[in-house]
Amino acid sequence: MRLTIEQLEAKSQHIRLCIVEMIGYGKTGHLGGSCSVADIVTALYFYKMKYDPENPKWEDRDRFILSKGHSALVQYAALADLGYFPVEELGRLKKLGSMLQGHPDMLKTPGIEANTGSLGQGLSIACGIAAGLKLDRKECKVYCVVGDGEIAEGQIWEAALSAAFYKLDNLIVILDKNLIQATGSVVERFNTNPLPEKWKAFGWYTMEIDGHDMKQIVETLDKADELKGKPIVIIANTIKGKGVAFAENTALFHNGMMTQEQYEVARAALQAKETV
Amino acid sequence: MGIQNQRTLYGKALVELGREDKRIVVLEADLGKSTMTYLFQQAFPDRYFEMGIAEANMASFAAGLSLTGKIPFINSFAVFVTGRAFDQIRQSISIGMLNVKIIGSSYGLSDFGDGATHQVIEDIAIMRAIPNMTVLAPADGTETKKIIKAITGFAGPVYVRLNRNDMPDVIPENYEFRIGKPNIVREGLDIVIFAHGLMVSKAMNAADELAEKGFSARVVNVSTLKPIDEDAIEKMCEGVKGVVTVEEHSVIGGLASMITYIMRGSGLPFEIIGINDDFGQSAESYQELLEYYGLSEKEIVAAGERIMSRSG
Repeated sequence: MRLTIEQLEAKSQHIRLCIVEMIGYGKTGHLGGSCSVADIVTALYFYKMKYDPENPKWEDRDRFILSKGHSALVQYAALADLGYFPVEELGRLKKLGSMLQGHPDMLKTPGIEANTGSLGQGLSIACGIAAGLKLDRKECKVYCVVGDGEIAEGQIWEAALSAAFYKLDNLIVILDKNLIQATGSVVERFNTNPLPEKWKAFGWYTMEIDGHDMKQIVETLDKADELKGKPIVIIANTIKGKGVAFAENTALFHNGMMTQEQYEVARAALQAKETV
Repeated sequence: MGIQNQRTLYGKALVELGREDKRIVVLEADLGKSTMTYLFQQAFPDRYFEMGIAEANMASFAAGLSLTGKIPFINSFAVFVTGRAFDQIRQSISIGMLNVKIIGSSYGLSDFGDGATHQVIEDIAIMRAIPNMTVLAPADGTETKKIIKAITGFAGPVYVRLNRNDMPDVIPENYEFRIGKPNIVREGLDIVIFAHGLMVSKAMNAADELAEKGFSARVVNVSTLKPIDEDAIEKMCEGVKGVVTVEEHSVIGGLASMITYIMRGSGLPFEIIGINDDFGQSAESYQELLEYYGLSEKEIVAAGERIMSRSG
């Protein structure tokens, strides 16, 4: 049974809580970009996608590729919650020998589809999966999350051209437009705007949403199913660090370190919101 | 024994294998007429992906195709597929041990006219340095066919370098290629000459000349540059007075590095023939260029003689 919007909203707060707890205090972790995309990832895993945690390699599953691989924490939280691996593993994040690496590793972590993290490559991988599924006449979809800083990589645009050329309408990209990259504002570093016009010119269906409005997210993901003949990009306007007040709209927590006090504040705020 | 072209035999082998195995898909970066993958395009247009002049996307896209159970062959000139797509081969393909076959056409100086930008002297070094990668360099057309067939049945990333020009046959039809196994193509007692690619035929000619001078040279085709059966290499060096390595590649990171590493405790004299940390350049013929960079029978014979003179 699918979750309601309210349940999805609570779930995304739980996912954020897991992210905060995975990082802990006194250690660095990619808090900002994991939280900006938490509502989207929650909608994908707990509303939209077909998969089987008991059989991660099920042929007819939908695929999720996190091209902005540094936000792996959000995916780890979702996979653990779904039972791909024990929740206790979240406590071993980035420890030597852990199944949870700093960036997604398909050989180490059940439910991870590809090795991403070298920015710009995940979208190409997603395109290749989408093309392979089409060759096999499979109905399943490929969802790929890219970052707005990441799209400075030229390979993103090579991939965008190839997706349009091969009419990969089974590929849905969600662009996490949180406006901030590792060292500061995206537009001040490498202005990739205007985004909708660019993707449209590259041959894509283009939609724009509030990436924290759960109702809008799920409705847009459903609407994407009806679009045929071209790949789809959903530009999601998000807030870096969303849900952790002191980490919002700042580059400090791109891969920052929380103090113990900050950690407790963040946990308390999220715990209050994780139940409906 | 005749003359054959690795590219042409590769293109034909792809078609033959593609007929039996529907998992095979071919990706090309606008060089299909040169890499000969256009033969596959004609035979199986649905399984042929023209990726445009965008090698990085081609490599990661192939990773994605392999994740749906396909066996992708990605193609370009050796210099571009290993250079422009290095990070994609490392990150998208090799860390996950994905089943992508990387075919580098026009290796070494074989694209003689196009100069340094299109010639490659470091592809083996680059590919050998990547964990999980298998690196192959067939000695002639016959071995090319056998290698393409063998890697189709092997799960994991593989790099193969192919020559642009026609090459003399050196490998008998009944030879069985196995990944990791060096193979003696001519027996001899005094010297062992290790080579790969076109240099195997040069080494055989040189061995003939050395025989006329009274020196007996064993010639070994090292068509696998990684992983290698180290015991087999050691055994092939037993009893000889010295070792010669010959490669159409930089002396850094290729065959010379591999053999000297394996035999580092042997105390045997070494002679290393390769491109001495230098870029290529244009020339009117392949032969002219090979001779300029010292990749000739004459140099191999001289190296053999130096070893014999040292051994007294």
